[in-house]
Amino acid sequence: MAETVTLRVKRRSAPDSRACWEEFRVRVPPTANVVAALKEIRKTPVNAAGRPTPPVVWDCSCLEGVCGACAMLINGKARLACTALLKDLAQPVRLEPLSKFPVVRDLMVDRTALFEGLKRAKAWIELDGTHDLGPGPRVQQSLQAWTYELSRCNSCGCCMEACPQVNGRSAFIGPAPLAQITRFNAHPLGESLRAERLEAARGPGGVHECGKAQNCEKVCPKRLPLVWAIAELNRQAVAYSIRQWLSR
Amino acid sequence: MRRLVVVGGGLAGLMAALKAAEAGVAVDLLALGPCKRSHSAAAQGGINAALDTLGEGDSPERHFDDTIYGGDFLADQTPVRRMCEAAPAIIHLFDRMGVPFNRTPEGLIALRRLGGTRFHRVAFVGATTGQQLLYAADEQVRRFEVAGLVKRYEGWEFLSAILDGSGRCRGVVAQELKSMEIRAFPAGAVVIATGGPGLIFGRTTNSEHNNGFAAAALHRQGVKYANGEFIQVHPTAIPGADKHRLISESARGEGGRVWTLRDGKPWYFLEEWYPAYGNLVPRDIATRAIFKVCVEMGLGVDGENAVYLDMSHMDPAEVRRRLEGILEIYQVFTGRDPCRVPMKIFPAVHYSMGGLWVDFDQMTNVPGLFAAGECEHQYHGANRLGGNGMLSAIFGGMVAGEAAVRLINAGEAGPVPSSLLEAEARREEEKVQALMRLDGPENPYRLHEELGEWMNDNVTVVRYNHQLKRTLEKIAELKDRFSRVGLHDTGLWSNQALSFTRQLGGMLDLAEVITVGALLRDESRGAHYKPEFPERDDANWLKTTIATYHPDGPRVTYEPVDLQFIKPRVRRYDTEEATRGG
Repeated sequence: MAETVTLRVKRRSAPDSRACWEEFRVRVPPTANVVAALKEIRKTPVNAAGRPTPPVVWDCSCLEGVCGACAMLINGKARLACTALLKDLAQPVRLEPLSKFPVVRDLMVDRTALFEGLKRAKAWIELDGTHDLGPGPRVQQSLQAWTYELSRCNSCGCCMEACPQVNGRSAFIGPAPLAQITRFNAHPLGESLRAERLEAARGPGGVHECGKAQNCEKVCPKRLPLVWAIAELNRQAVAYSIRQWLSR
Repeated sequence: MRRLVVVGGGLAGLMAALKAAEAGVAVDLLALGPCKRSHSAAAQGGINAALDTLGEGDSPERHFDDTIYGGDFLADQTPVRRMCEAAPAIIHLFDRMGVPFNRTPEGLIALRRLGGTRFHRVAFVGATTGQQLLYAADEQVRRFEVAGLVKRYEGWEFLSAILDGSGRCRGVVAQELKSMEIRAFPAGAVVIATGGPGLIFGRTTNSEHNNGFAAAALHRQGVKYANGEFIQVHPTAIPGADKHRLISESARGEGGRVWTLRDGKPWYFLEEWYPAYGNLVPRDIATRAIFKVCVEMGLGVDGENAVYLDMSHMDPAEVRRRLEGILEIYQVFTGRDPCRVPMKIFPAVHYSMGGLWVDFDQMTNVPGLFAAGECEHQYHGANRLGGNGMLSAIFGGMVAGEAAVRLINAGEAGPVPSSLLEAEARREEEKVQALMRLDGPENPYRLHEELGEWMNDNVTVVRYNHQLKRTLEKIAELKDRFSRVGLHDTGLWSNQALSFTRQLGGMLDLAEVITVGALLRDESRGAHYKPEFPERDDANWLKTTIATYHPDGPRVTYEPVDLQFIKPRVRRYDTEEATRGG
């Protein structure tokens, strides 16, 4: 049993072109998500006024809330389009690209900044090599449990969108990359880069620029404990700074 | 030329890139999108390695035997044996990379069971193991990116291999999906790690990226495609309007039970039919059983094509700790809590055992062109065991990376002539121009939907020759209509319709390879089941299918299987003695 759904999509054919709204009416099953509606448009690329139009461009991949590709603004809220079920959304459903990243086309944005943030955060283990070096260190269940929570971050960008400190006038690295510093600093083998990560965390755009709005955690589709992770990182960075100052 | 091109940013591609970068070879890493969004992220249950931390007597040798047996003896035994021997070190490697594997109270890596083995052999991270392994490999590649050895081209689509006069691979041509720029990437060797072709079957458990285009394009260029007819249909997925969502085998590995109602009472048919393995029979067996119950016997839940996968008897806290990822998926998409009510599931297309033919060094029949991960054919024979998918992607990627480095270091090929690069880029430019001119009445997305429905209905769990023949006629019809496609988008910026239409062309080619292979193989083996030929026929069909491209349809030949370690025996899972051949 299909139902008719109305979508209003904010479209832009290229980064420098003007944005305009276009309305679509599609028939989808009652259990469908926003992605299913967008896919329906591709099959009949005609807008609500009956005029042919290029199919809407958006990013998606896994369609089950894991990969993070399909983040967009849905009725004004940053979230993943695949886990947004139409039956739960007020109509017309408004779809817009995330506003904190450069638009590529329609609902697709360029999230390179997130991955650059991971470079600044040195979010990795300094491995000796991929050859066989025997078992890694033993890890207690409690440590595994909370680091796993943070390692589920899929770089969707919702936290960056919701954070008032992430904007054109600030260099703030943003919640997602900062949380990875907390995670890697806690790993027994992550220790070797701890000082470098904390230098990054207290440098320009670092953890001190967090305004404690706590929006990040509220919008995170994976419900990562971002507020705690940033608070913990802040504590580490302050302690590190004091130690640096004392040892001068 | 001391440069490697890797196409594909999932586990296999990242491992190949890592191996090369470690050896000091510069890498151009091309992927459809950010590597973190690759389909490896969707792998859930875990990764096999005979770590035997439970003292059960597991060993790489048992892992090897289970894998060959599970694949119904169609896999070449040498590479499978090497993979099983390498598995424990691979787990240790990812552990050192910081993957938060679930732990035992002593802090060791916890293990659980998956199908087709009696051992606890699966290392896991909740139910998002693939995501965690992928991220770890991605992090290590990022390290080499910062060091300047790896350059990422994320958002680039592979178009073709550059082959020189001697037929050797000298690089690739790719297109940036944002600017639509076409560029040639010269290389001393190329590793293809572009994943499976699941999208051919329409709605599957696969990601949108799994279109098989790179493999199809290479097939057109003369690369052999092996065992294409072996398509795994996973027994437990949530049917959906946009895709079917996987519910990991680990739900059963942790104690979940499959049942339906018969005469008003729960009937645990897998446990009844397969007492030794119960709910943990391999996927081909479980899928056929669920099909039999729903389609043949009409005993699906609520009269639908569905059975229950039940975890409601298990301790919710423990389930959450070990399976959180799938609980979340079921809850979000159905609104029901699997800890309280049984999940309703049905089989869905999941994985391709077949793929580009490769030798034991992961090299295709084109010198200098390697393949690793789901896009190649080597490790799973006629059916893949749970927990071996990520293992084969990682191991294959490492083997391919190392072999490519050896080839590059041998340095026989010399610099790539620029005329060769320009000629191939120009050929691809012309193909794009031709695609852009398409303004016919057919919609590519609708054609794809039709293809998917036909393939799903006729070339999956139960196969009949007359239906396979009709499917080939349908594919021919779709190919004809494909020439009358209209793009609906003439933009030269992020034109997704262009890219999808191109992919659809490749899907039609591979659909033919899969269907022809299935039609010819008159036996039942692993995932390939024909009621008209219900037995495995080793005398006639214990051989690898090899498809070679021809404009009139694939030419199929066969090659012998490497059987040097384990003698083929009858495959049964009802008693342990039968499985062991005792």
